Parts: sequence; C-alpha cells; structure tokens
Amino acid sequence: MEPLIVLDKVNKHFGSLHVLKDIELTVGRGEVVVVIGPSGSGKSTLCRAINRLEPVQSGTITVDGRPLPAEGRALARLRADVGMVFQSFNLFAHRTVLDNVMLAPLKVRRRPRADAERRGRELLDRVGLLDQADKLPAQLSGGQQQRVAIARALAMEPKAMLFDEPTSALDPEMINEVLEVMQQLAEEGMTMVVVTHEMGFARSAADRVVFMADGRIVEDRVPEDFFTDPRTDRARDFLSKILHH
Amino acid sequence: MDVLTDNLSLYGQGLWGTVQLTLLAGALSLALGVLIAGFRVSPVKALRAFGTGWVTVLRNTPLTLLFFAALLGLPRFGVVLPFTVFAVLALGAYTSAFICEAVRAGINTVPTGQGEAARSLGMSFRQTLSLVVLPQAARSVISPIGSTLIALAKNSAIAGSFSVTELLGTYKPLGERGFSVIWSFVWIAVGYLIVTLALAGIFGLLERRFGVPR
Repeated sequence: MEPLIVLDKVNKHFGSLHVLKDIELTVGRGEVVVVIGPSGSGKSTLCRAINRLEPVQSGTITVDGRPLPAEGRALARLRADVGMVFQSFNLFAHRTVLDNVMLAPLKVRRRPRADAERRGRELLDRVGLLDQADKLPAQLSGGQQQRVAIARALAMEPKAMLFDEPTSALDPEMINEVLEVMQQLAEEGMTMVVVTHEMGFARSAADRVVFMADGRIVEDRVPEDFFTDPRTDRARDFLSKILHH
Repeated sequence: MDVLTDNLSLYGQGLWGTVQLTLLAGALSLALGVLIAGFRVSPVKALRAFGTGWVTVLRNTPLTLLFFAALLGLPRFGVVLPFTVFAVLALGAYTSAFICEAVRAGINTVPTGQGEAARSLGMSFRQTLSLVVLPQAARSVISPIGSTLIALAKNSAIAGSFSVTELLGTYKPLGERGFSVIWSFVWIAVGYLIVTLALAGIFGLLERRFGVPR
C-alpha cells in the first residue's frame, strides 16, 4: 500500500514531560488506523502532530511524500488537505451551519460562492443535517454539531482525515449517529487516523489498531488479533478494564 | 442660561471641534489598536515585540507629553501639519494602546479551539484572526472600547491648550466677555455629557446587537 502519512522517530516534550517517544507509524492511502490507549498516553498529541497543531521536537512527519513545513503558507496548504475533527467540535460559533461548511472552501480554496454553497448543502445532506443549515451551532445537539464538523472538514476534499476523540464529549445516545458517518467514510476509502475509546468502531471499521501507552506505540495490529490476543501485558490490562463483556 | 443662548455659535463650534477630534482620533485608534493587537498575538516575533513596544511607550506616556512630542518633535523631521492633525495623531496613537489591550483581552476570551479549527482548515493567520477570532472577540470588547472612547472624548480637551478649537477651550473667550465662570463650565460639562452619553448609547446598542450564542 502506498504510504500517505509517515512518522519517523518522532519525539515531543511538554517541558520535562516526554509525551511522544520515538514514534514510528505509517498510514497507507485509504487505510483506517484507530489509535487507542489510556489517557495521557500521547494519542491525542500524536493525532495533532500530524497537521502540526502540536509541533514536535525531533523526527520527521511526512504527508503525501512531503515533510511537514514550518508555520506559514506552505503549512496552511498542507492543513487544507488534511481534515481534522475535534473532541469539542469547534464549530465557528458566530456562523451558521452552512457558513461553517462553506467558509474554508470560499476563503482558502477560493471557490465561487455558488459552488461552495451547492457542495456545502450536499455535504450537510450527506450527514443528515440539511434542514439545520441556517441555524447557529449552539442551537444543535452535540451529535449534530460533530456531524457538521465532519462535513466542514470534508468540504475541503481532504486527502486524509484526523479524528481526535470525536465522540468523547457526546451523550451516549448521540455517539452512534457520529460513528455511522465515520463508518461510511471509512467504507468509501477515506484515509483516517481515529483516536477513540469506541472499541466497537475500532473492530468494525479499522484496518489497524495502534495501542499507545506512556508515549510509545506498544502494539500495531489488525483489530481482530489485537482484541482477541493482545501481545503485551499493558494492552491486556487496558482491554480488561474497558471490555466488560 | 444667558451664557448659552448668547454664545450658541461659540459653544456650537467648540462642541463640533470636540466631536470631530473624538471621531477622527477614535477611528484612527480603532484601526491602529486592532492592527497592533493582531501584531501582539501574531506568530512572528518581531511583530509581537513591536506591538509590545508600542503599547508600553504610548500607554505609559502622559498625553500632554505626547502632544508636545507630536507638535514639537514631528516638525523637526520635516512633518508640518495643521495643529488639528497633530492633535488627532497624538490622541489616536495614545488611545490605540488602550484599544489594543482591550482587543487582546477579547481575543483571549475566544476558545483556542476556534483558532485551531480555522488553522486545521488551512486558513492563514490573518484569515483565522479576521474571519473567526475577531468577530467572536468583538462582543466582549465592545464595552471596554466604549469606555476607552469616552475617555478619548474627554482627553481631547488637552488639544484646546494647543490652539485647537474644542469644547473646553470656549471658557477663555467666555471669560473675556465677562460671563459667569461657573455657568460657562456648567454648559461645557453639559456639552461633554452629550458626547459621552451618545457614545455610551451607541456602544450599548452595539453590545445588544452582536450577541453570539454559545
């Protein structure tokens, strides 16, 4: 498989805290990689490092053959090609749902307004929220906001999508509506890196499961193997705590 | 009452002078203040340093001193302008430091996730600031900016000492014409009240207008 995202010996420190330790990870085009692990294991930082929302101190991160540029125009261009979905949705609070989806295509891609609006409505329809197009984000439920956030990222036609705990801030009954959209994306061949605690999603949608603990990648395996036969004590311990059936 | 009715045109000129100074210096200070606030949060170190320097110097210099600096200093570099323009420059630059700090405080009230989302979509620093962060900062910034502009309206009185026509300065000709000092000042105070209450009213409306539900 052709590699799209490659991390090579990546290290990241927050002050004296070593949060990413010699991370080696390759995500192929069209691959869905789910990153799991206990809190504080560095999985969110890993996800945010891929589009340089967190700069790393050493090692290289390559996206589609190009190393991440320093802050500036080139980095903005790269970010435009890598969609990101956040735990706290981060929809633009002062803009309507449709404006949220159209803003970046209009201003970053400089698409004509009519095109951006047509595409925006298509995407909202796809996530089942076309009827909410003219509302403000605060008027939607968490699950709806997160689906808009996914549509907003897709509007840039990204090469890959990063999901940083997309369902962790949601009420249990809203988690599935978001996971269904993600599942559908995965089936359509989108390259995805998903940090999540949803083991069901990892099992059904992931090509690989990456288990992180204390800033290291401890296991990197096919989901079925990982869940049925974890190799390390650390992973066994983690799984025994979260899989209670 | 005679003081007012007999000198309506004098008061009118003074009031108009104060209004002009307030509007022009206000516009200048808003433009500069927002720009410098942008500098102060920019990823470029040189711009941040410039912004910090600007605020430190202007906020900590007495306004009268700035007037002297503008009126006496700038002509030495060949900049010769009408006194009113010097006054607008001094008032505008001075007030911009306070506007900048109000705007910067407003920027800090916008959740960091908003900026991160904008950047993750490929927006430049300028786009992130102007399309996402500043519009949301505006709401919390309106009230302190209103206060700053009210202070500006009253600070404009200093221009009167530098031969610029404005409201406070009308007390001199009034005194020369033999009118009661106390009543002259009462009507001057009323003039300032008109300006400041009008500003307070405008900013109250703006505040109600730009509420962003979260």
